[in-house]
Amino acid sequence: MTEAAGPDLLLQMYAAMLRVRRFEERARELYHAGRIPGFIHLSVGQEAVAVGACAALRHDDYLLSTHRGHGHLIAKGGSLRRLMAELYGKAAGCCKGKGGSMHIADTSVGYLGANGVLTSGCVLAPGVGLSIRMRGTDQVVAVLFGDGAANRGPFHEGVNLSALWRAPVVFLCENNAWASTTAQDLSTAGGSIAARAAGYGIPGVAVDGNDAVAVYAAVARAVARARAGEGPSLIEAKTVRWLGHHEGDPQAYRPRSEVEDGRRRDPIARLRAHLEASALLDATHAARVAEGIEAEVEDAVAFAESSPLPEPEAALDDLLVHYPWSDR
Amino acid sequence: MPLMDFGEALNLALAEEMRRDPRVYCIGEDIVLGVPFGVTKGLAEEFGLERVINAPISEAAIVGSSMGAALTGLVPVVDMHFADFVTCAMDEVVNQIAKSRYMFGGQVACPLTLRMPYGIGKSAGGHHSNSVEAWFVNTPGLKVCIPSTPADARGLLKTAIRDPDPVLVFEHRALYRVRGEVPAEETLVPLGSADVKRAGRDVTVIATARMVGEALLATEMLAEEGISAEVVDPRSLVPLDRATLAASVARTHRVVIAEEGPRRASVGAWLAWVVMEQSFDELDAPIARVAAPDVPIPFSPPMEAFVTAHAGQIVAAARELMK
Ligand SMILES: Cc1ncc(C[n+]2csc(CCOP(=O)(O)OP(=O)(O)O)c2C)c(N)n1
Repeated sequence: MTEAAGPDLLLQMYAAMLRVRRFEERARELYHAGRIPGFIHLSVGQEAVAVGACAALRHDDYLLSTHRGHGHLIAKGGSLRRLMAELYGKAAGCCKGKGGSMHIADTSVGYLGANGVLTSGCVLAPGVGLSIRMRGTDQVVAVLFGDGAANRGPFHEGVNLSALWRAPVVFLCENNAWASTTAQDLSTAGGSIAARAAGYGIPGVAVDGNDAVAVYAAVARAVARARAGEGPSLIEAKTVRWLGHHEGDPQAYRPRSEVEDGRRRDPIARLRAHLEASALLDATHAARVAEGIEAEVEDAVAFAESSPLPEPEAALDDLLVHYPWSDR
Repeated sequence: MPLMDFGEALNLALAEEMRRDPRVYCIGEDIVLGVPFGVTKGLAEEFGLERVINAPISEAAIVGSSMGAALTGLVPVVDMHFADFVTCAMDEVVNQIAKSRYMFGGQVACPLTLRMPYGIGKSAGGHHSNSVEAWFVNTPGLKVCIPSTPADARGLLKTAIRDPDPVLVFEHRALYRVRGEVPAEETLVPLGSADVKRAGRDVTVIATARMVGEALLATEMLAEEGISAEVVDPRSLVPLDRATLAASVARTHRVVIAEEGPRRASVGAWLAWVVMEQSFDELDAPIARVAAPDVPIPFSPPMEAFVTAHAGQIVAAARELMK
């Protein structure tokens, strides 16, 4: 894998970002229409991080994700149908309706789980790395977490252990400068997450998280290093959250101008401009891509809408393997 | 008496205690704006950001630093955001805070309050919906209270803040918007004082928090069948008001224990043993229990509803006892 993305990869990344965006915009409408229970955290505006990172991963590489993880799963190649069905709480969802938005896993694409408990993925990562080494494959594991999550202990423990073990882990901080209602400068000492890498003797780089190509290059470098047995890296991708922390948060605590600035740095428009300037994309081609994605998303919605809810008693399944003599 | 909701009553208690005692401060994630349940809303305007502290996402440090402050003269009130996240500070709660006074031979006190928003509802999923009070009832060195009404919420939280020991206050998420009368004057509800929420003759329903409402609903349904049920709310689990439980059992001779948490090794299991130990001769029937199945809380509405304990189960249990 090279660090410079070729034309095909650029086009794939463009389509993937659009797929994430359209899926989440649709999920947003459906949530407000009362079709999706619980609460959802959308990553609109942050697509370049998920897509840039996953473009640098293979299908059999692993990904550990966050409460804001729809885009991560889609970028990793997860089925829109099974994802949407899970958001709906349907039996056909990837977790049979037991997980929901914040607790989704889809092991068929190496997606080892979103997490409702922030940062927990950071301590799972070295173990995944250890397993990769013991099984003798050349897979890697990427773990995503927010800037806010980087302030919990498991971040430090996970990075330290991974560095100690030279585990094939890519720590990827998706820094949107907010943790719910709390701004990064009020919660994160030292200002830079990437700089923390120095304390563990591993590479730490900050990239423009609205530039899918830059994220791809940084993650590809870290992946190459991990595959070569040289251990983990820490990447901080700075991006912008366009919407509220969760759907329904009017984000009154946040200056409007910040979101407007973010929209001006739209990662999708940016890659599209680059593709057009390099004559890799024209209006007809772009329209075809958009149409295709529209159809995929609508297919997922139709699938979720038409599939049945789980039987209530299914709540008792999947807990443990039961022996005939054990009680529930 | 003024009407207010459970969340407002807690807010009032916090404001009153912070006005009364400058050592009291609040700390937690997003508490300046009162996210997500609004309980701490407006406190920063009155008390400033020194005493209403938005912490980083660092549960161990939030709880650990509060212990440090409590040992050295301050009175922290920690907002756990969702009780499920207390697992991220479990060492601090069960090894450090709970054991501090005892292991140091009574030299230190750890007067802090942990506010624990908890409970099932609205498809919040497996990391945000559990009833975890049993973990702490099983941890010597902690006091545990669990209000069911706005008045109790205010009175218990105030008592918790003034208590010289660590107190966990379990606040059920589904109760925050429930309204009720709250005394105009300042009132403290002592720990270890159960409350008979409704008097009855035939069966005692022991219930806490959201299940008190379900129990009261059940009494209405049972009344239609001519069964008179009494509802006893322990209000604090540690210390436990055993006398009120015993007195009620002596009146009714039958007991249903209703809780929202999982059934195995639960608070209800322990309460059943307490009743058995102190009131065995009074009992005319085995103690019945209503609880959730032993599974994490699922996300999808039909499954979530299936594992949510409700009034109908209390009715069925009581009816069975009356046979
Ligand atoms: C251990 C834990 N503490 C608190 C929360 C509640 N919570 C959910 S998301 C969030 C903010 C997360 O911020 P960040 O890590 O920066 O990610 P972002 O939401 O910006 O993507 C908080 C405090 C949680 N889910 N888990």
